Amino acid sequence: MKIVKEGAPVADTWTHVGDEAELPDGGAVIVSLARFKAERDALMGRNAPLGLRLASHEPPADVAEDLGRFEVVALEFPVFRDGRGYTHAVQLRQRFAYRGEVRALGDVLWDQIPHMLRCGVDTFEVADDFPLEAFEEARTVFSNHYQPDTTGRRTVFELRHG
Amino acid sequence: MYRYDEFDQAAVDERVVQFRGQVERRLKGQMTEEQFKPLRLMNGLYLQLHAYMLRVAIPYGTLSAAQMRMLAHVARKYDKGYGHFTTRQNIQYNWPRLVDTPDILADLAKVQMHGIQTSGNCIRNVTSDPFAGATADEVEDPRPWCEIIRQWSTFHPEFSYLPRKFKIAVIASEQDRAAIRLHDIGIRIVKDAAGETGFEFWIGGGMGRTPIIAKKIRDFVPKAELLDYATACLRVYNALGRRDNIYKARIKILVHEMGLDKFSALVDEEFARIKGTVALPEAEIARIRAYFAPPELPVLPATSTAFEAKKFEDRAFRDFVRSNVRPHKVPGHAIVSISLKADGIAPGDATAEQMDLVADLAERHSQNEIRVTHEQNLVLPHVRLDDVHDVWQALKAASLGTANIGLVSDIICCPGLDYCDLANARSIPVAEAIQRRFADLERQHAIGGLKIKMSGCINACGHHHVGHIGILGVDKHGQELYQLQLGGSGAEDASLAKLTGAGFPPDRIVDAVETVVETYLGLRDGDDESFLACFRRVGMAPFKAALYEDR
Repeated sequence: MKIVKEGAPVADTWTHVGDEAELPDGGAVIVSLARFKAERDALMGRNAPLGLRLASHEPPADVAEDLGRFEVVALEFPVFRDGRGYTHAVQLRQRFAYRGEVRALGDVLWDQIPHMLRCGVDTFEVADDFPLEAFEEARTVFSNHYQPDTTGRRTVFELRHG
Repeated sequence: MYRYDEFDQAAVDERVVQFRGQVERRLKGQMTEEQFKPLRLMNGLYLQLHAYMLRVAIPYGTLSAAQMRMLAHVARKYDKGYGHFTTRQNIQYNWPRLVDTPDILADLAKVQMHGIQTSGNCIRNVTSDPFAGATADEVEDPRPWCEIIRQWSTFHPEFSYLPRKFKIAVIASEQDRAAIRLHDIGIRIVKDAAGETGFEFWIGGGMGRTPIIAKKIRDFVPKAELLDYATACLRVYNALGRRDNIYKARIKILVHEMGLDKFSALVDEEFARIKGTVALPEAEIARIRAYFAPPELPVLPATSTAFEAKKFEDRAFRDFVRSNVRPHKVPGHAIVSISLKADGIAPGDATAEQMDLVADLAERHSQNEIRVTHEQNLVLPHVRLDDVHDVWQALKAASLGTANIGLVSDIICCPGLDYCDLANARSIPVAEAIQRRFADLERQHAIGGLKIKMSGCINACGHHHVGHIGILGVDKHGQELYQLQLGGSGAEDASLAKLTGAGFPPDRIVDAVETVVETYLGLRDGDDESFLACFRRVGMAPFKAALYEDR
């Protein structure tokens, strides 16, 4: 797998750890919501970067109070048709003003990337052979948009009136 | 009519480029059919029984003459010379080739048309009253709001992978010619005491295998908050709608299972949080409204001598006027409906030549405007009374003059097993057989308003749940069987039709429909009591008796 940010591969400093696996000493880990809930106090106090992985049926509202602790929230797209992650990304950015990394993983495909970017996803965990041109196209495919989004760009409705 | 500015044009042009790339990647095998499917669907491209099918949006049912000519061109160049107008103000082409579809969409983009979001689990083409801007009973023209919703919903980043498709309809009068109570969101434009425009929201209606009539969720959403409120509804649905079973994934099931109060409370919470997010500047509302300024029609005498004389002379014209012509808000004008339910023609089908003719007539007689109805007919919305006879003559010469709007042969019908991948039974041949049985126009007029709606499977594309008489084709052990339902309505008095009992084989269904009609004629309280009113008064029993007991 590779991590893509702003169209280019970047080093992945994070480790996904399973619910039963031992935490690497001092390592940056991403844990599931179940594990976070079970070991909340220990994880909150752990002296290392912490990330949270949310399944598509787990809304960020479930951990609203603790979002500030996470440097990355990884949203799972179990299948590209499952669009709950778009709403969760928007909620992270808008409702909870979450400023950390929002990572998409799972069934992330070429043509879903433009929407994910607009909803506030900023990194993508994809297969090693995933074409980077998809990220290039995602940035250029539509020059403007009608809806407000998390990028803060002005909408067509606004651009028309100066 | 709305005209694209550079932003709108760029959006559809860029979409064509994007889709061309997707088709190329698919043809090169860089994408699986499963991955390609949602992308082609969001551009209106289905894979059907025999071939691809392309569905093109006619937003809120409004077309210019030039757009209609382009639809004719597409039919001629890329298809078999005809198209099929659907129950959601779209047109479908049944025989395009995959490699041609980017070119078709590029041609359509030249006249500001597209197939965007005519399928897929996204916000679909927004539909509206086909008489919008012409009828006296509306509080204002609903189409500017439809256009605002069209733009806002186009390529919505958050709502393109919803649990299931999402349909919005907007009207502005009490009389409902767009079936808003059978939509995921139905909006009726109203005015408050101060004369301010607002929106009455209905939620969770739909047909399919679990028909449900929408519930009113809010009496008055102020206009500045239209898109915020819609966003709140969609967001709650996207997060909580069922994804475990596509037959239970529509918002109607969520609202039904959760209860309106709970759903509404969640929407209200979200609405309170996001109010003011989707900026809809007053200047933008004014800009879009300006495109829909009423055409400058001269105020003429309310009665046209020429029109009256023709009605007096010509009985067939009189019939046409009775069923197909409705009053216009400007005296001396009329709204003329064009039936696409001529004998022997699949309901909603029109040839390229017929489309061209309608375009010509729109240019000459209807301020360049055409409308498409959810009942699969066309409308010339702004015709001078003095011209109606000429228009009818021209229509008649092209087999478009059938005087049956709202009558028994004006059947809504899905494509059925002849075309559709999902169907269990044929529907077009049954519709045609009913039309033949009731071919006598005099008899049809004597029967009066009667809406027959037929679907070839439980997905209900032919709206059988809301037919005054609904017919559902099913497959019972390899045999086609037709169930009969009575008493439905998709209008302001929405109701779901009830099943009469056991289904009828193909050779008996037309007799059964006739039995229902004859039973009604025997029971009705004077000629003015419509079938629906009569059924609601007497109930199912006498119809059941006539259908099953005498055999």
